[in-house]
Amino acid sequence: MSELVTRNYSLVTEYMELISILLLVFPLLGFLAIGLFQKQMNRSFSGILASSVIFINLILAAILFNFVSSSNQTVETQLFDWIKFGDISIPMSLTVDRLSALMMLIVNGVGLLIHIYSIGYMKEDEGVNRFFAYMNLFVFFMLTLVLSSNYLMLFIGWEGVGLSSYLLIGFWFKDHVNNDAAKKAFIMNRIGDLGFLLGIFLLYSTFKTLSISEIAAKASLMPSGDLTLTAITLCLFIGAMGKSAQIPLFTWLPDAMAGPTPVSALIHAATMVTAGIYLIARSSVLFVLSPVTMNIILVIGAATAIVGGIIAIYQNDIKKVLAYSTVSQLGFMFMALGLGSFSGAMFHLTTHAFFKALLFLSAGSVIHALGNEQDIRKMGGLRKKIPFTFALFIIGTIAISGIPPFAGFFSKELILSAAYEHGTGMGILATAISLLTTLYMFRLLFVVFYKPESKEIKANHHIHESPKVMLYPMAILAILSVVAGFVQMPKLFSETQGFDTFLSPVFAKASGLATVSGQALSVQTEWLTLIIPISIIFVLIFLSYKRFVNNKELAVQTGIQHVFANKFYFDEIYDFFLVKPLAFISNVFRGLLDQTIINGFVNAVGNGTLFVGKRLRRLQTGNVGLYLIFMVFSIIAILFFNIIL
Amino acid sequence: METTVAQIQVIPLQYYIIFCSALFSIGVIGVLAKRNALVIFMSVELMLNSANLLLAAFSAYRNDPAGQIFVFFIMVVAAAEVAIGLALLVVVYRSTKTIDINALNRLKW
Repeated sequence: MSELVTRNYSLVTEYMELISILLLVFPLLGFLAIGLFQKQMNRSFSGILASSVIFINLILAAILFNFVSSSNQTVETQLFDWIKFGDISIPMSLTVDRLSALMMLIVNGVGLLIHIYSIGYMKEDEGVNRFFAYMNLFVFFMLTLVLSSNYLMLFIGWEGVGLSSYLLIGFWFKDHVNNDAAKKAFIMNRIGDLGFLLGIFLLYSTFKTLSISEIAAKASLMPSGDLTLTAITLCLFIGAMGKSAQIPLFTWLPDAMAGPTPVSALIHAATMVTAGIYLIARSSVLFVLSPVTMNIILVIGAATAIVGGIIAIYQNDIKKVLAYSTVSQLGFMFMALGLGSFSGAMFHLTTHAFFKALLFLSAGSVIHALGNEQDIRKMGGLRKKIPFTFALFIIGTIAISGIPPFAGFFSKELILSAAYEHGTGMGILATAISLLTTLYMFRLLFVVFYKPESKEIKANHHIHESPKVMLYPMAILAILSVVAGFVQMPKLFSETQGFDTFLSPVFAKASGLATVSGQALSVQTEWLTLIIPISIIFVLIFLSYKRFVNNKELAVQTGIQHVFANKFYFDEIYDFFLVKPLAFISNVFRGLLDQTIINGFVNAVGNGTLFVGKRLRRLQTGNVGLYLIFMVFSIIAILFFNIIL
Repeated sequence: METTVAQIQVIPLQYYIIFCSALFSIGVIGVLAKRNALVIFMSVELMLNSANLLLAAFSAYRNDPAGQIFVFFIMVVAAAEVAIGLALLVVVYRSTKTIDINALNRLKW
C-alpha cells in the first residue's frame, strides 16, 4: 500500500517537473513559430497564436501553483549539465517554489490579458507579427528568470528580458527617438548588469556553487554583517537598481515609454521591472545578513519613491506620469525590502502588477481613442466620451492610491505597518510617500477625464470607445485590482495573513536570521496609521479636484516646479558629468590610439608587403624552363644539405 | 608470387640501382633540355617509373610487401596527375596552337 502511495507520489512529481519544462517550451515555440514565419503568417492569426500559447502556459502555471501551495514542497527539475569543467559544475535546472509559482502566475496571467489586449491595440500596425513574436520571447525569458535555480541561469533570463525590452521599446524603429530610448534602456541596464555579474563572481568564489538554495544554506551559517556578504549583496543590488529603475539608474524607464503601450504595461510596469525585487527576495538570506546593504536599499528605495512621485506630479504625458509612478512604486517596494518585509514587497509587487497594468492599458485605450495623442493638456472631459475606459481607469486610480477596500490599500498597509514597526519616523515617511501617489494619480484622472474639454477634443470627432477585445482584459484586471487585496487583510481585521503565510516557507530562513525584530504595534497606533492616511487622501483628492478640474490650462510652472517638471535635471546632469567626458575621451582615443597607432601599424604592414612583393615578382619570368631548372637544382641542394648536415 | 620474387632476385640489386639511376637521370635531362611540353611530361613519367621500379626491387629483396603497395599508390597519383597535365596541355594548345613551353612566357608578372 505504502509502495503504491510513493509511486503515485513520485509520478505526480514527475508530471510537475514536466510541466515546469513545458512552461518554457511553449513561449519559445510561439516565438519561433511567429518569428520565423512572420512574413507568411496571417496578421490576425499571430495574436491569437501568441495569446493561446500564453493561455496554455497560464493553465500549466495554475496547476503548478496549486501543487506547490497545497503540498508545500518545491519542484526541482534537472534539465542538463550546462557548464562542467574542473570542479565547476553549473547545471541548467528549474525550481518551482511558492515565490516562483507566484511570479509565474503574475507573468502568465497579466501577460495573457495584455496579449489579448494587444490583438486589438496593434491591429492596424504593420509589424504586428513581429510584435507578438517579441512578446512571446519576453515571456520565455521572464519565465527563465523566475524558474531558474541558480544565479547564472537567472542571469540569462535577466539579460533576455533586457533584450526583449530593447526590441520592444524600439519596436517602431523608423522613428529615431524610439531607437535612442531603446539604446538608453539597454545601456543603463548594462551598468546594473555589470554589478550583478560581479555579484555572481563573488558568490562563486565565496560559496563554490551558484545554486540559490545551496548558497542560502551555506550563507545562513555566516555571521551577520560579514564583509563578503555585504559586497555580494551590494553588487546584486546594483543589478536590481538597473533593472528595477532605482536612483541613479532610473532614467531609462520613462524613456522606455516610447514602445507600444501594451509593452509598457507588461514589461515596464507589471513584470520585468519587478525582476530586481524578485532577485532580492530570492536572495533574502544574503540580504538579511548584511544590515548595511539593507539600509542602503531602504535609503535608495525611499529616495526613488519620493523623486519619482514628485516628478510624476509635473509630467504632461499620460504615459510618462504612469512611468514615474512605476518608478515611485518600485522605490516603495525596495523600501519594503530594506525594512526586511520581503512578503510586503512581493504583495505590493503582485497588486501593483494588476492595477498598474490596468492603468497602462486604460491609458492605451485613451491614446487609441484619441488617435495617438499622449499629451494630457490636449485631453479633458473624456468621461462621457469613453465611459468604460473611464470607469476602469478610476478603479485603477483608486487601487493605486491605497483607498480601501481596493488592492493597493492592503499591500501598502502591509508595507506601512512594517515601516511603523521599524520606527515612527520611518512610518511617517512611508505614509508621505504613499500619499504622493494620490496626488499624481488624481491629477491625471481629473485632467484627462473631468477637466473641461480642450479645443483639440472638441475638434476631434473620431473619439471612440475601444473594441471589446481591449476592454475585457482591462475589466478582468480591474476585478483583480479590486479583490486581490483580500488575500491579506491588515492584522486589525483578520487573524489569517493569507499572503504572508503563503510565502512564509520561502522566507522562513531569512526571518529566522533577522537581527532587528520590530516592535509590535499597539491597536491604537494601528488604527491611527489606517485612518490618518485615508483621511488625508480624501483631502488631497478634494484639493486636486478643485485645482485641476476648474483650471483650464495647467498652472504655469515657476521656480522649483521647473526642476520637478524637468525630472530634477537627471538626464542633463548625467549628460554633463558622464556622457560628455566619456565622449571626449573616446574621441581622443579614436584619434590618437585608433587612427594613429593601431591603424598606422596595420597600414605599415600592408605597405611593407606591397613593397617587398613588387621586387620579388621579378623572379617570375614566365620562362618555364627556368622554373624547372630552379626546381631541380633546389631539390638537389636540399638533398645535398640533408646528407651533409 | 614466389616465382616472381625469385625471378627478380636472379638479377643482382646493383643492376637495378644503376638502371634506375640512369632512367631517372634521362628523365631529369629530358625535363631540363626539352621544350616540347609533351616530352617533358613523358620525362616526368620516366622519373616516376624509375622510382617505382627501384621500390619494387628493394621490396623483393627485403621480402617486405610495403614497397610494392607504395608503388600502387604512386601509380594512382601519377595517373591523376597525367589526366590533369594533359588537360592543361590541350587547353594550352587550343589557345596558342603550340605546345612549346616558351609560348607560356607571357605568364609572368
